[in-house]
Amino acid sequence: MNTHAPASSIRGAARIGAVARPGAEAVEVKGWLKAHKWLLLRRFSQLSILLLFLIGPWFGLWLVKGNLSSSLTLGVLPLTDPFVLLQSIAAGHPPYREAVLGGGIVLAFYLLLGGRLFCSWVCPINIVTDAAAWLRRRLGIKGGKTPHADTRYWLLGFTLVASFATGGIAWEWVNPVSMLHRGLIFGFGLSWGIVIGVFLYDLLLASRGWCGHVCPMGAFYGLVGKTALLRVTADKRSTCNDCMDCFAVCPEPQVIRPALKAVGQSHPVILDKDCTSCGRCIDVCSKDVFRLTTRFDRSES
Amino acid sequence: MNKHPETSASSKGATARRRFLKEMAGAAGGACLLSLGVGLYGSEASARPAAALRPPGALEESDFLAACVRCGLCVRDCPFDTLKLSRLGDNVATGTPYFEARSIACEMCDDIPCVKACPTGALDRELTDIRKARMGLAVLIDQETCLNFLGLRCDVCYRVCPAIDEAITLELVHNPRSDRHAMLLPTVHSDACTGCGKCEKSCVLPEAAIKVLPFKLAQGKSAEHYRKGWEEKEAAGGSLIGEQEQLPMRGLEGRAYGDTRVDQGQTPPYTPPKAPGSDLDSGWKP
Repeated sequence: MNTHAPASSIRGAARIGAVARPGAEAVEVKGWLKAHKWLLLRRFSQLSILLLFLIGPWFGLWLVKGNLSSSLTLGVLPLTDPFVLLQSIAAGHPPYREAVLGGGIVLAFYLLLGGRLFCSWVCPINIVTDAAAWLRRRLGIKGGKTPHADTRYWLLGFTLVASFATGGIAWEWVNPVSMLHRGLIFGFGLSWGIVIGVFLYDLLLASRGWCGHVCPMGAFYGLVGKTALLRVTADKRSTCNDCMDCFAVCPEPQVIRPALKAVGQSHPVILDKDCTSCGRCIDVCSKDVFRLTTRFDRSES
Repeated sequence: MNKHPETSASSKGATARRRFLKEMAGAAGGACLLSLGVGLYGSEASARPAAALRPPGALEESDFLAACVRCGLCVRDCPFDTLKLSRLGDNVATGTPYFEARSIACEMCDDIPCVKACPTGALDRELTDIRKARMGLAVLIDQETCLNFLGLRCDVCYRVCPAIDEAITLELVHNPRSDRHAMLLPTVHSDACTGCGKCEKSCVLPEAAIKVLPFKLAQGKSAEHYRKGWEEKEAAGGSLIGEQEQLPMRGLEGRAYGDTRVDQGQTPPYTPPKAPGSDLDSGWKP
């Protein structure tokens, strides 16, 4: 508001008809490393979790066995994906205590800290769809047909209904998240096809289509983390120069407006359940408008 | 225009409501179609090839698909790398554990680590004695190529069977080809066979003559109301329909009922047939 948006930003580039490079201004102002801090942390988190699963089969060092659907760490800590467990129960199977305990631990973690932290900090498909989103921006691909953002919530309901009706864990027939993770650890077969399908879908057909509109697993974790603690705040929103870079990189751009522009709320905390707390908006903002904090920190500076 | 602000506001509201309903219908419809497709694909793809066997203790297939979260912990704890997780294209529900006996058979570990590893109960912990496992049933499927059926003493399937002389026995029968030798036929007994697949794995033929099959393919089933007379008789301690009328048999008079054995040197009563036309005139003339 107080300064003009820089020429490389989404808005600035649109004004002069140039190709936008969201985040370029932040790199100039803060340096490359600081302008990629959260992205690097996230990639580190995703890859090291994957590596924990891989050093078993690769080097015979079995710290973690299994995969994201269910695993056993150091022979004692069971972790189970609560979404797959819910489908299993819907399909009519009461699971053993380990699975319930493992599901409970995972559920408690995301319930407390932030449901969609799973999407941005753990899920291996996030790397695929981030790559598709980046390439889509760079190639300037527009258009396609993006389904309604609520499709995922309907799908979440219907996968449970389908599990109940068919007596099997329905979403696991296609789930690209578990296909990719299991594929990397146990071998792919033709599962590559589903992963490439998701990449091409996000690249050509729907901007942020899979994670932001279709994936019922993301929807599940979104609902779980509705009241979770960790949140991004736009506490320095008074310095915003409307460059729109945060909207361009955000996987769920609709969550920013209420906090940044005080639409329908007065405080600057992003409380929307769809926010994945990926922190990319913090990275690309040259004015350091955003910050990671708790949901109770409603201060503004 | 501004005469009826309420009307325009309410029509605006109606348009917004209509758009919202349309969007929701689209989202719900799309999601419904997608999950319907997934459900149909799932029930279509849940048929499993006959050669793909589930681990010991696996629930019946439809229950198994409800219980298995496809984590691979059973695969990891299998000490012989028998189990593997299905990959897309293997035609077994993707991510579920199975083994193929002809590649690597189940070694029937006493402590059954795969069952212990399963966190959900897709592999039932009620199974504590591996000899009670029923992964499938061995069937000597090809009597034309089995070496023992050809009169040789191969016996390999019998020798490797972990439940030797219980799950597979050698049954002695006369060899009608040579008329002077015996055949020892490997014979599977469903009350003891665990379906481990050692027999199929070790069959010396290029294609195994004995194979482990799912029960559905391997076994017939008696009708509920069928009774075996000899079993009923045994259970009742005597015939349930009373003593039978014993009709005399011509030429065997003076023998016990049912004894039709021919004594050494005895020729059965025999009347050579008369020449045709010798005592009956058929009336036929050429």
